[in-house]
Amino acid sequence: MARVNLLLLVVLAACALGLVTSQHLSRRYFGELEQEQERSRQLGVEYGQLQLEASTWAVHARVERIAGRQLHMRVPDAKHLHIARPEGAAK
Amino acid sequence: MNFAASPVLELTLPVWRSRFLLYFLVTGFGLLLGRAVYLQGLNNDFLQAKGESRYSRVIEIPANRGRILDRNGEALAISTPVKSVWSIPGEAHPGKRQLSQLAALLEMPPAEIEKRLADSGRDFVFLKRQISPEVAERVAALHIPGLFQNREYRRYYPSGDVVAHVLGFTGADDIGQEGVELAFQERLAGKAGSRRVIKDRLGQTVEDVESIKAAQDGGDLTLALDARIQNLAFSQLKAAVAQNKAKAGAVVVLDIDSGELLALANFPTYNPNNRNKLAGAQLRNRAVTDTFEPGSTLKPFTVALALEVGRLRPESVIQIAPGTLSVSGATIRDAHAERALTVAQIIQKSSNVGAAKIALGLPAEAMWEMFRDVGFGEIPGLGFPGEAGGKVRPYRSWKPIEQATMSYGHGISVSLVQLARAYSVFARDGELVPLSLVRVDAPPVGRHVMAPKTASAVRAMLEMVVNRDGTAPRAQIMGYRVAGKTGTAHKQENGAYAPDKYVSSFVGFAPASHPRLVVAVMIDEPSAGRYYGGTVAAPVFAQIMAGALRALDVAPDGPMQPIELPPEGQEVKESV
Repeated sequence: MARVNLLLLVVLAACALGLVTSQHLSRRYFGELEQEQERSRQLGVEYGQLQLEASTWAVHARVERIAGRQLHMRVPDAKHLHIARPEGAAK
Repeated sequence: MNFAASPVLELTLPVWRSRFLLYFLVTGFGLLLGRAVYLQGLNNDFLQAKGESRYSRVIEIPANRGRILDRNGEALAISTPVKSVWSIPGEAHPGKRQLSQLAALLEMPPAEIEKRLADSGRDFVFLKRQISPEVAERVAALHIPGLFQNREYRRYYPSGDVVAHVLGFTGADDIGQEGVELAFQERLAGKAGSRRVIKDRLGQTVEDVESIKAAQDGGDLTLALDARIQNLAFSQLKAAVAQNKAKAGAVVVLDIDSGELLALANFPTYNPNNRNKLAGAQLRNRAVTDTFEPGSTLKPFTVALALEVGRLRPESVIQIAPGTLSVSGATIRDAHAERALTVAQIIQKSSNVGAAKIALGLPAEAMWEMFRDVGFGEIPGLGFPGEAGGKVRPYRSWKPIEQATMSYGHGISVSLVQLARAYSVFARDGELVPLSLVRVDAPPVGRHVMAPKTASAVRAMLEMVVNRDGTAPRAQIMGYRVAGKTGTAHKQENGAYAPDKYVSSFVGFAPASHPRLVVAVMIDEPSAGRYYGGTVAAPVFAQIMAGALRALDVAPDGPMQPIELPPEGQEVKESV
């Protein structure tokens, strides 16, 4: 009887320690999860800011200005235009 | 020695004293026990709450306001987190150096900061709102006790003044105040959530207890707007307003198939990212909230009605000599005297006398119905805040002269959006479509208000307006057939028509063989000498229409020949 009790005591102690460990681990993992979630939020914010930046750079007025002033591009006039119609289409 | 016999110990106390003490202690113990049972067993909420407050916290989960995108997914408005710095007056005492550093970071005079921090009349004071996260970090690094930061959102509009009137803006609390931001507030706004967590002594979250409310990010909103066409419309309008020294101007571009608003530009405008010095004139969304007397752009509707009821045919001839018409004492004039014009020519040359004569032969009720049918006098239903419906007075109160002037667009008021929508009736074979601010995926169901035959007859007349003998040769576009109508109207001032103030307009669609877009242009008070719709508004129309058709890859339906224009000043003059 005493032996069984002793065995149970050992098992109990092991369980108790296991509980402590798992609690500790759970908190640590949770902490990591929190950090990752925070990081994902941060990245979301950064994504928004980058989108903002992208659309600021790509504003049509700016593209047009650069195309015209720096690259000297312009809309072709009538003499330089030729319309290709799909074959068989009425002229 | 017998201790028992000691006289000292022979003191006899009354029995009640020890009993009293015993009962007293037992009662006291009982009371304590009862209290303990009460607190921990029966009524334990309070203590549990106290205990929890030591480690559990409710934290807010922020939610983003949705983005506003153009039809091709280009971002027009984005929210991004910023910080606000606040304090409780009397609790923050920055040192001299800290104060000057803080003032430099916040770009505020130190005296102003001191004044706010000392404002004892308030419990809470913002030092500055909406500062960038970088600046906020440097403020936090100063470690000034009693100074706190809050996370808030700021809305940015990358395209600035180009789309300002469509988008509107949000206030400091990210709540829509104008335009689309206000109209779609419900959909765009995020709902912040909250959750309960357990924190350890270092302030780190160690356990999630429960989610009280899930955060809900605001939905993205895809507008019907096309950023390319919008930019084109805005830049052309801006140039035209400057060139004509006009007071204001507006442009509307509609997709005829879907009723979508592809562009809406107003000038003057404002930069929604910096709204420090805003005047009412800059904020006005003229194309939607302002109405004006449209002038000759209404003639096609009178003519359409005459064709519809079978009173006239496009080739019917109307005598307009001697170029004036007297109706109950008032005289209607034409800019150029002609003897007789066909109905089609009346539109082409924009004859007031002709239009008035046609109108006087029509029943007032039918005219009124036609105006109502094409959407005048009713809110166009775009969904903008403050949309104007214009004014069409009930036909019972019309006098003959009023009926005559209404035929050429006086005595009636419409907004530019209404005008553009009404023209889509001609372009769509007599169907009036509902308009949409947001992108639509299924073609909308229109309402038939005119016979297809009538609409196509009017289309043919409108095409004549832009040829050499019409009032708007400058509305021509190389490669496309264009149909449209000019309008030049005197402005009303203090109840009378001002002799030198005009509203010039042009509304038209293209390609005429299979219309795709309606473009309406309105220039308010051009004062650089020219004021006819054909010379002021039509060139703007042509530029915008040509660019928009190219942007949308619409196949040309006209000859690819350079456009021949009559010499400046020799166009057919429109009657005003």
